[in-house]
Amino acid sequence: MLLRTAWRRVAAAVPVAPGPKSDAPTRGLRLRVVDHSPQSAVPSDTATAPQAESMLRPLYMDVQATTPLDPRVLDAMLPYLVNYYGNPHSRTHAYGWESEAAMEHARQQVASLIGADPREIIFTSGATESNNIAIKGVARFYRSRKKHLITTQTEHKCVLDSCRSLEAEGFQVTYLPVKKSGIIDLKELEAAIQPDTSLVSVMTVNNEIGVKQPIAEIGRICSSRKVYFHTDAAQAVGKIPLDVNDMKIDLMSISGHKIYGPKGVGAIYIRRRPRVRVEALQSGGGQERGMRSGTVPTPLVVGLGAACEVAQQEMEYDHKWISKLAERLTQKIMKSLPDVVMNGDPEHHYPGCINLSFAYVEGESLLMALKDVALSSGSACTSASLEPSYVLRAIGTDEDLAHSSIRFGIGRFTTEEEVDYTVEKCIHHVKRLREMSPLWEMVQDGIDLKSIKWTQH
Amino acid sequence: MAASSRAQVLDLYRAMLRESKYFSAYNYRTYAVRRIRDAFRENKNVKDPVEIQALVNKARRDLGIIRRQDYCEQ
Repeated sequence: MLLRTAWRRVAAAVPVAPGPKSDAPTRGLRLRVVDHSPQSAVPSDTATAPQAESMLRPLYMDVQATTPLDPRVLDAMLPYLVNYYGNPHSRTHAYGWESEAAMEHARQQVASLIGADPREIIFTSGATESNNIAIKGVARFYRSRKKHLITTQTEHKCVLDSCRSLEAEGFQVTYLPVKKSGIIDLKELEAAIQPDTSLVSVMTVNNEIGVKQPIAEIGRICSSRKVYFHTDAAQAVGKIPLDVNDMKIDLMSISGHKIYGPKGVGAIYIRRRPRVRVEALQSGGGQERGMRSGTVPTPLVVGLGAACEVAQQEMEYDHKWISKLAERLTQKIMKSLPDVVMNGDPEHHYPGCINLSFAYVEGESLLMALKDVALSSGSACTSASLEPSYVLRAIGTDEDLAHSSIRFGIGRFTTEEEVDYTVEKCIHHVKRLREMSPLWEMVQDGIDLKSIKWTQH
Repeated sequence: MAASSRAQVLDLYRAMLRESKYFSAYNYRTYAVRRIRDAFRENKNVKDPVEIQALVNKARRDLGIIRRQDYCEQ
């Protein structure tokens, strides 16, 4: 009842008449949107009507950075943004009770995706906060007896930064190197575990090169040596099957906006049997079992829960689709262009994240040339700096290849036409840039670039 | 069993495809059309009436979602 009246109000407020949109570009590849002039939140009567169809938007091929909201997720969130706005921690009235019921339902949805118990899921503001809680929380709780942590060189910035801040507090951290394929060496991990190691943190799927670490084996090693195992599964949850009990995972970070959910929400899984003790980072009213105080944002967690449920239902279908498109993209590019290297192990690889290095082409110039496609070289958190990505450096890529890498992201909503367009433009621009490159000329003449002695001026 | 007769299911399929065309976002539009087609095709040979009814109910809910989201996007 309430929902329908809310919808009538929302629909009435929208000034456009519904019905067949004759000018909707059903065959068009790119969305024609309204002019990007700054519009105030309150529409003024004197403002001119926005210009229709003046700008095109690029194709979105950067799903590792963030994903669009699935319409089913938005639909689940809307009631909690409009009508059911109670604080879930208010225990005395219906607004609180219904919000709390929604929050617990979302908790159940997240838990069932990873094979956990709902009591083991704590909602946070995102995977960065979850990683901070996991690493700093566990390390600090056991600080009296255990002072050592292990992680890898290809982890996300927030994990590496948390470890660095712990080093400043007196902990020791081992940063495990990775093989050329991007996967860690299990023997090195075993050798690195000391009697005073409290935590091992290895991400499930890397956000830059898409390699899948052998999580089940690492979990087995850690549980046999009585060390807690944390994995940053932000890119993996909902895309590959994960079970915290089969893989012996003790802590797991989940991000909402990587699985077609809202931004600003995430979760952390903290095992209860055997109990993992974590020192809380955020003090307050003791919400979320005392591990993360603060009002739980009901619309966002409902969105996260819905995203997890949709992901669980769609996992197989999406995987088939994404694998098909990824195969198409790599085959077409590799067939038409020489000297293209795919970074990361080709076998233990999540298909939706393809990182290619185009030799003799500068990555930034290729990105600028491909201005109709939203792509990235390296991760969003390192894209501001001019240095090549530390992940590529860790897998041993040469400097020049590291500078020429582009990451293609394929997701649930990517279409075949988008992939074909991207491939076509990519091939065209790489060929054009190589024509202009003196290095390419020298390579064509048979000169080995490594043998050249460059003179200083 | 009127709700799960072949004609009703086909009507639902056509209605869903029709409503999906009103998504203004290219990615949502193409996904909806593709997913609806593949889902109905995949469940083409389901015989159990209880299962059929469950699938039809889910499809009706999704149709409601599509209609509401079309309003939202405007």
